[in-house]
Amino acid sequence: MTYRPPAAGTHPPLSAPGYRSTALRAPSHAPVVLPQGLTELTGPALRGPVGPSDDDLTRQHAGEPIGQRIVVFGRVLDGDGRAVPDSLVEIWQANAAGRYAHARDTWPAPLDPNFTGGGRVVTGADGGYSFTTIRPGAYPWGNHHNAWRPAHIHFSLFGRAFPQRLVTQMYFPDDPLLAHDPIVNSVPDERARMRMVSAFDLDATRPEWALAYRFDIVLRGGAATPFEEPHG
Amino acid sequence: MDETPSQTVGPFLSIGLTWPDGHLVVPEGTPGAVRISGTLTDGAGEPVADGLVETWQVGADGRPDPTAGFGRCATGPDGTWEVRTVKPGALGDGQAPHVDVSVFARGLLDRVVTRIYFPDEAAANAADPLLAALPPDRAATLVAVDAGPGELRFDVRLQGAHETVFLAL
Ligand SMILES: [Fe+2]
Repeated sequence: MTYRPPAAGTHPPLSAPGYRSTALRAPSHAPVVLPQGLTELTGPALRGPVGPSDDDLTRQHAGEPIGQRIVVFGRVLDGDGRAVPDSLVEIWQANAAGRYAHARDTWPAPLDPNFTGGGRVVTGADGGYSFTTIRPGAYPWGNHHNAWRPAHIHFSLFGRAFPQRLVTQMYFPDDPLLAHDPIVNSVPDERARMRMVSAFDLDATRPEWALAYRFDIVLRGGAATPFEEPHG
Repeated sequence: MDETPSQTVGPFLSIGLTWPDGHLVVPEGTPGAVRISGTLTDGAGEPVADGLVETWQVGADGRPDPTAGFGRCATGPDGTWEVRTVKPGALGDGQAPHVDVSVFARGLLDRVVTRIYFPDEAAANAADPLLAALPPDRAATLVAVDAGPGELRFDVRLQGAHETVFLAL
């Protein structure tokens, strides 16, 4: 089995004129196709390091962070609909004011001493994961006049093998900034763009506690190698 | 099912994607260990200070071990990164020993993938299908440079003169 190439329009081109930082970082040569061998058909099965509060970003400090408490949950699947269990999911995000707890984030929104914004979990047997956190704020980013990133949570996934490695961003439904964001809009296919937008889930919302957003993530699926295909 | 698109890691990936010993593919003091280090640079030759380099490889015996073989290192202010590992064994499929590499950074909407080959494997490298299909100056970007005992250098140039060869899987 090898991993199918992604469908056209799913992933952004590396060179995207609307996103200025691509200008000096996108390679100018087209990538060279590498047939998948043993190194590509395997990958790390990381289960850590995951600490006790890594799935609850509201409990990593002495007090609770300011902001709308939310649960972000979903399943990690492959392109054939199979669950991806026992796989590390990593997230990072800005605080409720849109500020990252990072030395190089210098825009004048308040830091929150009770929020770092990093989380890790390992998926369960059904590929499920869940984080408790606060809804991040939007932030300006200087890419063009009046440029604001829509609220988002960064996600990192490994899957089972090297070709499935994915870093993406989760967005929130009905965010007016989505239509104006060059990073969202770098994805050519509109339906693919919508797959990065989480869904508000009233059933999963915890009464008197936290709003819930569902975000299922689909990694690359497999394909039979030519010599495994039936003859005729 | 339809895949979820890739997005950039942005400039603040270190909040979520680093851990203190991430660069140690093998523990310190492992016999035969090698330090592979390099600089990540952009199309103007400037260091990329907000990138992440990840490595994945089989063991010295040529076999994959899902509980080992992975390394990651955020780039420093000068664009440098390093991993400490052992040279992977041959797979027995005609490919020379290699380490697969993912590079993430602000300004990269998707990871870029490349490979590290080893300078002391001249015969195996000459027979490697990927290296052999590339013009010599391009193939040279995939072979680490001997930098002294237990030290290899592998610079990644995202764009421009001597741009590293990147791979599509
Ligand atoms: Fe961000």
